[in-house]
Amino acid sequence: MKLTGLLDYALAFGFAAFALALLFNLLRLLRGPTAMDRVLAVDTMVINVIALIVLLGIRQATQAYFEAALLFAMFGFVATVSFCRFMLRGRLVD
Amino acid sequence: MNLFAEILVSGFVVLGATFALVGSWGLLRLPHLMARLHAPTKATTLGVGSVLLGSMVFFLAAGDGLSMHELLIVLFLFLTAPVSASFLAKAYLRRHPDEAVLPRPGAGGWMTFVDEVGDPNERPAPPSPREPSGSSQD
Repeated sequence: MKLTGLLDYALAFGFAAFALALLFNLLRLLRGPTAMDRVLAVDTMVINVIALIVLLGIRQATQAYFEAALLFAMFGFVATVSFCRFMLRGRLVD
Repeated sequence: MNLFAEILVSGFVVLGATFALVGSWGLLRLPHLMARLHAPTKATTLGVGSVLLGSMVFFLAAGDGLSMHELLIVLFLFLTAPVSASFLAKAYLRRHPDEAVLPRPGAGGWMTFVDEVGDPNERPAPPSPREPSGSSQD
């Protein structure tokens, strides 16, 4: 599997970059002046976590994590839309 | 897994991680939410798409056949990112209608506020049995 070790360096860079991106999102989540900033930060965190799961799957050379990534994508979208609908209407189900 | 596939996967992973980092940096640094909305919904989505493409090339080159999970996730993310961004902008405009950060609208005003008058998708409230019918107003 390993030829030059280039993929290991790339994966290390990927993990570091996504961890730093999660840190930025966490700062925006803590700082955000309005509630919509916090919702946007959580939405971006979900997307970054999907990428981290996929990178972990590449590193371990297993396809066992894709269902987790797909579930994260679906629940992240549903959570964002529910938050926005709650902010718009004041209720979730009518 | 040959050298070409390894270089391709590494390139996709590095490109995607850079895009996602730029997106989160923009989320942290841009001045207000209507500008901040652009960074994660475009750059981060593109970065995750690139990483998933790299994963697809990796499992194709590792001999596991063409896997469709990544394509499913990419399709789902690319379809839902504009929808959630539109919802976020709409909720923000409804709750903070300060016109200072917005550009001047055209003749008709902001289309987001039009459904204050009447949303065709919104079902009317059922008339309560105590009120006489015909005097329904909201």
